[in-house]
Amino acid sequence: MKADPHMHNSICTRFLVARLLAVLALSLAAGAAFAQGSLKSEVPTIDIKNGTATATPIVVVPFHFEGATLPPETDVSDVIANDMNRCGQFRALPKTDIVETPTRGSEIKYPTWNMLKQAYILVGREIENPNGDIRVEFELFDVAKQQALLGSGLAISGQRTGMRDVAHQIADIVYEKITGVRGAFWTRVAYITSTGVGNSIQYSLMVADSDGFNPQTVVKSREPLMSPAWSPDSRRIAYVSWERGNSSIYVQEIATGSREVVSASKGINSAPSFSPDGSKLALTLSYGGNPDIYIMDLAGRSKTQVTKHFAIDTEPTWMADGQSIIFTSDRSGKPQLYQAPIGGGDATRVTFTGEYNADPSISWDGKRIAMVQGSGNVYRIAVLDRATGESKAISPGNLDEHPSFAPNGSMILYAATEGSRGVLYAVSADGRVRQRLVLADGDVREPAWSPYRQRGQ
Amino acid sequence: MKLPIRVLLTAVVASATLVACSGKKTKPDQTTGGDTTSTTTSGANNGGKYTPGDLDTDSCLRQRVVYFDFDRSEIRPEFQAAVACHASYLRQFPGARVTLEGNADERGTREYNTALGERRGNAVSSAVGAAGASSSQLNVVSYGEERPVCKEHGEGCWQKNRRVEIVYTSKQ
Repeated sequence: MKADPHMHNSICTRFLVARLLAVLALSLAAGAAFAQGSLKSEVPTIDIKNGTATATPIVVVPFHFEGATLPPETDVSDVIANDMNRCGQFRALPKTDIVETPTRGSEIKYPTWNMLKQAYILVGREIENPNGDIRVEFELFDVAKQQALLGSGLAISGQRTGMRDVAHQIADIVYEKITGVRGAFWTRVAYITSTGVGNSIQYSLMVADSDGFNPQTVVKSREPLMSPAWSPDSRRIAYVSWERGNSSIYVQEIATGSREVVSASKGINSAPSFSPDGSKLALTLSYGGNPDIYIMDLAGRSKTQVTKHFAIDTEPTWMADGQSIIFTSDRSGKPQLYQAPIGGGDATRVTFTGEYNADPSISWDGKRIAMVQGSGNVYRIAVLDRATGESKAISPGNLDEHPSFAPNGSMILYAATEGSRGVLYAVSADGRVRQRLVLADGDVREPAWSPYRQRGQ
Repeated sequence: MKLPIRVLLTAVVASATLVACSGKKTKPDQTTGGDTTSTTTSGANNGGKYTPGDLDTDSCLRQRVVYFDFDRSEIRPEFQAAVACHASYLRQFPGARVTLEGNADERGTREYNTALGERRGNAVSSAVGAAGASSSQLNVVSYGEERPVCKEHGEGCWQKNRRVEIVYTSKQ
């Protein structure tokens, strides 16, 4: 069987159909996760433009369940394959084309996978422990070299209901082994939803897996919520709420739900951003007469003022060394990005192309800034390369906003508008692959990608 | 029984005519919040031309929304009259309080639009203060783009959202 371009097209069609069926099957199987307000990944219906041409082909063979009872509801290999596809750097072989199903290295027949032009093959087994947990063993091989990259006893265990987490953790290990970059599949996203109209609008701050599954409500309110921000240890979320009648900033512990108001000064209290060490919050306050950026020490609540300018200064975000912030200012007429040391001092302008640049999200290495770039009435997400000063649009618009980098810089979440509804998109950082995350009802916006997760959270 | 009925009819027609001629009985466009019965008379009255009931009936005082150009916070000439009459009312009733709710249309980022909404609220607050109201009577709150009155993606809707709403939290 020789692979040819025409077969690729029919493979793609069958791939999409298979994915759609898989998603539907999962929907029926995991009813609770799809209750009102859930967020789930869909078959990529738009724009895998150029993504498949350069993506690395990998086959994730369905893992074999070795147990006396039923296998867990989650298909771990499906979750891993979806992760690989979503990041844009890989192309997982569609299930219908997986003609053999080895469960361990010794069962792999390399000529088969060579013929299917696969670069890597991942196999695995799910073993039921006496206590009911599932132990997932997995092995990764380089097809051309017929060489083990991961294996000999590597395994992750989890509860039956926690198999998605296990799958994402495996995907992270595979991703890092192949690319050298830490994987960011086992992460979460915080976002705001608004449902209803007029006087009965309900706002919620939600947290879900970064592929959209397992949404949890963190806050519900009849007044607007905005700007969720993760603490670096992922335990807390800061956000803006109008429930006190004016914008104020809350910090809430996700596990317990306990929260406190950290800023409720006269005027605006908004745009919270945790420092890299989690001890401080950059925020926007206007009680001094106009919106300026301050740094608040969370322990003692003391504040230092970073910007002292009559313009609007807002949307601060920290550089990884914790010594400066990038922020939005309209001091030159319209919003542009600037950088300032946290102790105060002169701000230097960062963006010079485009009439409107705002809402920065910085990659972990500081080399790229994702932002909202406006031209006329079209607002798109653009990525600025700090070394060259050039920016490249990675979303189509017209009303795209709030970009958020994955902690490994490989992907960006952002909010878009489709008709009257707000939706979230995940796009690879180079803009090649884009996938929509769809809410069952209502308006979704303000995504914030969590830091890397730690076990036990 | 003709006479009483005729008298009654005449009275009804007469009063209806009076109502029709007064031209002031239609309801205001915006709900203002707070009570609509102004039977309490706390606070001094400077003896100006208004009564608290005029908030619901006076054509100038009934104007509770100031609109703005895109990305701007200057008060356009057509709203100067509204600024003046509200300032006048506030000067007359030192106990009256307004919240100026600033808003922006959906274009651009939410945080920047929160600041833009405040800029607009401040512009109205400054203008009303310059025209005689006391700063203690004026409170500015920005809702950014979070409280749209419409959601269509075009100028017909955007211009309705670029606004400051004048909300009386106390009428006297």
